[in-house]
Amino acid sequence: MTAYRPALRVLSALALGAVIGILIYGLLAAESEKAVGLVLLAVALTVAAGLRTGVLPRLARAAGSGPLLGSVALAGVVLIAVFHDDPFVLLLVARALLVLVACLGLHVQFADAGVPNFAGAAFFGVGGYTAAVLGAGEIPHLLVLLASGAMAAAVGSLLLLPLLRTRGHYAALITIAFGLLFRTFLEVNEGLGGPQGLKLPGLRILGFAFNDDRQLLGLEVSGFAFYCLAAGVLALGAVWLVRRVERSWLGVSLDAVRLDETAAACFGISLGRWKIAALTLGNAIVGVAGGLSAMMVGFIAPNNFTFQESLVLVSILLLGGLGNLAGLAAAALIVVWVPEKLQPIQEFRYLLFSVLVVLVLVLRPGGLVRRRARQAFGSAAA
Amino acid sequence: MDLLAQYVMNGVMLGLMYALVALGFTLFFGVLDVVQFAHGDVLTAGAFAGLAAYAVAFHAGVHSAVPQLLAVVLAATLSMAVLGAVLGRTLVLPLKSAPPLNVLLATLMGGTVLRECIRLFYPGGSQPQRFPALLPSASWSLGRFTLRLDNVLMILAGVALVAGLSLLLRRTRLGLQIRAVAQDEETARSMGIDFRLVVLVTFAIGSGLAAFAGVMHGLYYNEVNFSSGLLLGVIGFSAAVLGGLGSLGGAVLGGFLFAGLQTLGAVALPFASAYKDVFAFAVVILLMTWRPTGLIGEQLGERV
Repeated sequence: MTAYRPALRVLSALALGAVIGILIYGLLAAESEKAVGLVLLAVALTVAAGLRTGVLPRLARAAGSGPLLGSVALAGVVLIAVFHDDPFVLLLVARALLVLVACLGLHVQFADAGVPNFAGAAFFGVGGYTAAVLGAGEIPHLLVLLASGAMAAAVGSLLLLPLLRTRGHYAALITIAFGLLFRTFLEVNEGLGGPQGLKLPGLRILGFAFNDDRQLLGLEVSGFAFYCLAAGVLALGAVWLVRRVERSWLGVSLDAVRLDETAAACFGISLGRWKIAALTLGNAIVGVAGGLSAMMVGFIAPNNFTFQESLVLVSILLLGGLGNLAGLAAAALIVVWVPEKLQPIQEFRYLLFSVLVVLVLVLRPGGLVRRRARQAFGSAAA
Repeated sequence: MDLLAQYVMNGVMLGLMYALVALGFTLFFGVLDVVQFAHGDVLTAGAFAGLAAYAVAFHAGVHSAVPQLLAVVLAATLSMAVLGAVLGRTLVLPLKSAPPLNVLLATLMGGTVLRECIRLFYPGGSQPQRFPALLPSASWSLGRFTLRLDNVLMILAGVALVAGLSLLLRRTRLGLQIRAVAQDEETARSMGIDFRLVVLVTFAIGSGLAAFAGVMHGLYYNEVNFSSGLLLGVIGFSAAVLGGLGSLGGAVLGGFLFAGLQTLGAVALPFASAYKDVFAFAVVILLMTWRPTGLIGEQLGERV
């Protein structure tokens, strides 16, 4: 691997962060339908040009993942500062970040271990309802968020045996059945508010109430800015965790399980153990995202956790290019953002996303972005 | 006793619907080794096509029940047969050599497209729609149990359909071709069988069966909903799996077994009637766990 000088690394990271920041700024600031269309076009052109000329991948390689994450985080903070008094934009950003976190959880299951989960929204909901039940009490909210993740993992463990005994279509059907079951259960269950759902208090950590608007440096800052920061921290943590897992020997084992179960078993890799690990970790991540999301919105109902929403999460995974974290982040942002900005298509969003996914599957069966193979000896071959 | 008879009647109706859906899954899996997850939504679309045909017939001045019924059934089954072939042609055949999960995703999303189209574009499609009662409403009272003529007719029609399918597969040239493709694609091709045509015809037949089940569902409950196919699709698939994917008798057996379990649940847990669907899905998961490859299913020996 070429050794890049530190100054060069920082510069490339900052350049890439600036490009990403400017594009996202355009997405967030666009108001009229025309502006939205223009910004989308600009994003597509920039990305296409960057990939075609190889500038974007080269910058990313020069920066290295650590500085890159840092500069993207910096861009995020700058953007939050810019939109500090616009609760609508901030809510949008925070939601996109939390959807990204949930998709990262599904990514561990689907893209790493090869176990599809069509009940993502259900586990998101388990986290949310846990936060609603526990958050009202005296329990510190950081613990409540952890409990949301633990609860999602625990509920997910009910499905471990069915999922280990089945494969492929059959496993997919089990998660579909579970997603439908969860939604129906919430609707008929009186203890959890039935179809009306539950209200829940805002996030409060060490006495700091995230819901309040406040004065900072002479600026009126919307409470959602703090949720954005919290969601950003969570997203960074999740990206870091998933990347750590993928780049370690854990990731190698998961790859082996996904690519060829028989061969993996022949090499003494326990299929059950790795599937359990991926499912549990993934569900826990989804659950934490669900808990924070519920606290941010302040209200949850069964209708937020339908099968359609699970399919949207899977669509994001697929549109981002399975196994590609940068693509995943972009897809999460676009999928959350498009229906919000283009109100006329809000009603048609499920239709739109499904058609898109079908097109990708039929026209590019290898995935939107080809997955990079793991390189055994550093990245010398690149 | 009367109550028991009522439950049995209900169970038989449900079982027949599930069996019709399961037959589709098993046919598709037989010829192409794929699972077509849009099947449940094809069922809903069939019911809505029937509803639309009814509206057209009504406005065209057809007011007697028999031609109306004929219009509904024909419109539903024929249109869905075409739709099934189109789905097979666009979503399933092109992905034949892709990973099996891609077919699953594509058909799942294709089903969503159907469901959303019904919800968005059928007039009032987001609300449950009343399905007209087209069958004679006569009934006989046997003690406190009433045997309704419309239910009997539906059961007879369903049984006739299943028997017809069985005859088609065993006694006709087309059936022979379908079975040949199911057994071995390459050999079937080398015997001069038009593989694509047989696959598409199979998709048409299976989807027509689902549409018929959709009309039955509408007539039985007097209501159709854009999302009702989701439940029936999931149940139909697990019924097919339970009977062993690819086996016709298995699919029928699985359908009735599933309906039996569901009815049993309703009898045993009368207090939990609100949890009826929760129970159904839990049963799906438990049965799949218990017999991942079906009761009389294929042996999944794997050669490396």
